[in-house]
Amino acid sequence: MLTAKRTTWWLYGVLTVALVAVIAPFVWMVLGSFKSEGELRQSPPTWWPQSASLDNYTQLFSRLDFGGYFTNSVVVAVVVTVGNLLFCSMLGYALAMLEFRGKRALFVLVMTTLMIPGVVTFVPLFVLVANAGLVDTLPGLFLPFLVSPFGVFLMRQFILGLPKDLIDAGRVDGAGELRIFARIILPLCGPALATLGILTFLGSWNNFLWPLVVAQTEDTYTLPVALALYSTGQNSTQYGLLLAGATVVVLPVLVVFMVFQRRFIEGIATTGIK
Amino acid sequence: MTTTTAPPAPAGESTAPGGGRRTRAAARREGRAAWILALPFSLLFLAFTAWPVLQSLFMSITDTRSRDLRTPFAVDVTGFENYAKALSDPLFLQSMRNTAYFVLVGVPLTLTVALAAAVALDRGIHRLRSVFRLGFYTPVITSIVAVAVVWRFLLQTDAGLVNTVLGWVGIDGPNWLGDPTWSMPSLILMATWRNFGTGMIIFLAGLQAVPWHLHEAAAIDGASAWQRFRHITLPLMRPTILFVSVTTGIGYLQFFEEPFVMTNGGPLNSTISMSMYTYKQFGFGNYGYAAAISYIIFVLVAVVTAIQFRLLREER
Repeated sequence: MLTAKRTTWWLYGVLTVALVAVIAPFVWMVLGSFKSEGELRQSPPTWWPQSASLDNYTQLFSRLDFGGYFTNSVVVAVVVTVGNLLFCSMLGYALAMLEFRGKRALFVLVMTTLMIPGVVTFVPLFVLVANAGLVDTLPGLFLPFLVSPFGVFLMRQFILGLPKDLIDAGRVDGAGELRIFARIILPLCGPALATLGILTFLGSWNNFLWPLVVAQTEDTYTLPVALALYSTGQNSTQYGLLLAGATVVVLPVLVVFMVFQRRFIEGIATTGIK
Repeated sequence: MTTTTAPPAPAGESTAPGGGRRTRAAARREGRAAWILALPFSLLFLAFTAWPVLQSLFMSITDTRSRDLRTPFAVDVTGFENYAKALSDPLFLQSMRNTAYFVLVGVPLTLTVALAAAVALDRGIHRLRSVFRLGFYTPVITSIVAVAVVWRFLLQTDAGLVNTVLGWVGIDGPNWLGDPTWSMPSLILMATWRNFGTGMIIFLAGLQAVPWHLHEAAAIDGASAWQRFRHITLPLMRPTILFVSVTTGIGYLQFFEEPFVMTNGGPLNSTISMSMYTYKQFGFGNYGYAAAISYIIFVLVAVVTAIQFRLLREER
């Protein structure tokens, strides 16, 4: 018994050190965002800010337009999430429960693209968006992401598990197919919609390569684009601003994650997709 | 919600093979409704996924050295010239080597850390398990751009936190991002830190399926913790480990943000990745060449996926 207890203490010790190592960069980022430029350049680095101030944040939102980038990120993420929830559940229901011509072909086609890397489509996608006059517009940012093969897969799998009797009962009561979907199936999809919604929102919020290409002026920058361009541009020496910017990008996601973490981790464990 | 009595069948109804009674009109209505439901997805999917995939394939066999987007296809079809060019382009070959380095070192490292964390949390810890799980998972959900910005500071030579901590134990830390020898290890270190949480969560789910009584029986027979891990946990977890290694590998094959934000591919091109090279060629207006490189990445991803399917089938 004594050895068992000692093992546990060991384990807690190692895990705590690991946890500190994992979390420390975030703590340092947040604390650093309140420091002055001079303090951030000190060697060795300090931990607590010597004289904490909100200067970096006020500059971020006044001199730079991080409020605008924040709004862009929110708009794109919300539209993308709503689109995916709606369109993926619609097709997911049709594939899971209804019979129609071309069903198998459509399913195979969608699932084949599941493993195609985004980098393959982005060159012609950019040409497409450019020819439609959508470069540097918010629709150009969200249109290509309104649907996802992964979302269909997730919704179809979930709806397959629902009892088919429900649909027959709806039909007996005289409801049309679309009504059955909206009134009976969709309300039962809560858990799957929540998982898909969180994954899609975070994916859109953190998306980088596509907005980097399409957002060409500050009017359409999303947060990660603004942060990356700012940090690699000529202004990259303003450390305090960079850390404050990184905090603004990360913090909303951390809050969403803390609120929904149980659902979120279940989603990861069952789907295996980050 | 149970219906015990079937409704009276209207005249002229046929019996479908499934046992339910459906008229042909009902089947037609169902088909129409299904297509109404499928239509928005299908249109968006065709426009923004299926069609670009084919276009990309066509672009990759053309010479599109043009910044004029209106006529990206009014070009010469050059066959496999772009592919041939890629395979003799020293910078592309460098990006392939860098990517291979990132994948071959990064995947095993990420997997080992993920599995160690999962095993420790699964059997060793009862209290605070969810706190640790949550903490370890946090980096995964954050923007990789923000994370890369922060790590650039942590890895500074003199004022960086990492070298300061190393200094406490008497190690003189290297110039992480400025030295070609250390630049790639830096990116791998950051990638492992950021991504091991995903694997850990999936491993935790997999470990629940390892029967506890096998461990007990082995312990009674005198097997050490390591022996039990080696001979019970590892074999039973093989499919899960395979799955995580392949999904991690597919992600690492396409790494882009880390070098973009942290090193811009340098120093001395030591961190330029295949995706980043694609992006650069695209920026130069070499659309055909960029498309060809993206298809090379796709083929590599497909090969990795095929290997996974092959190995998983052998499991059964």
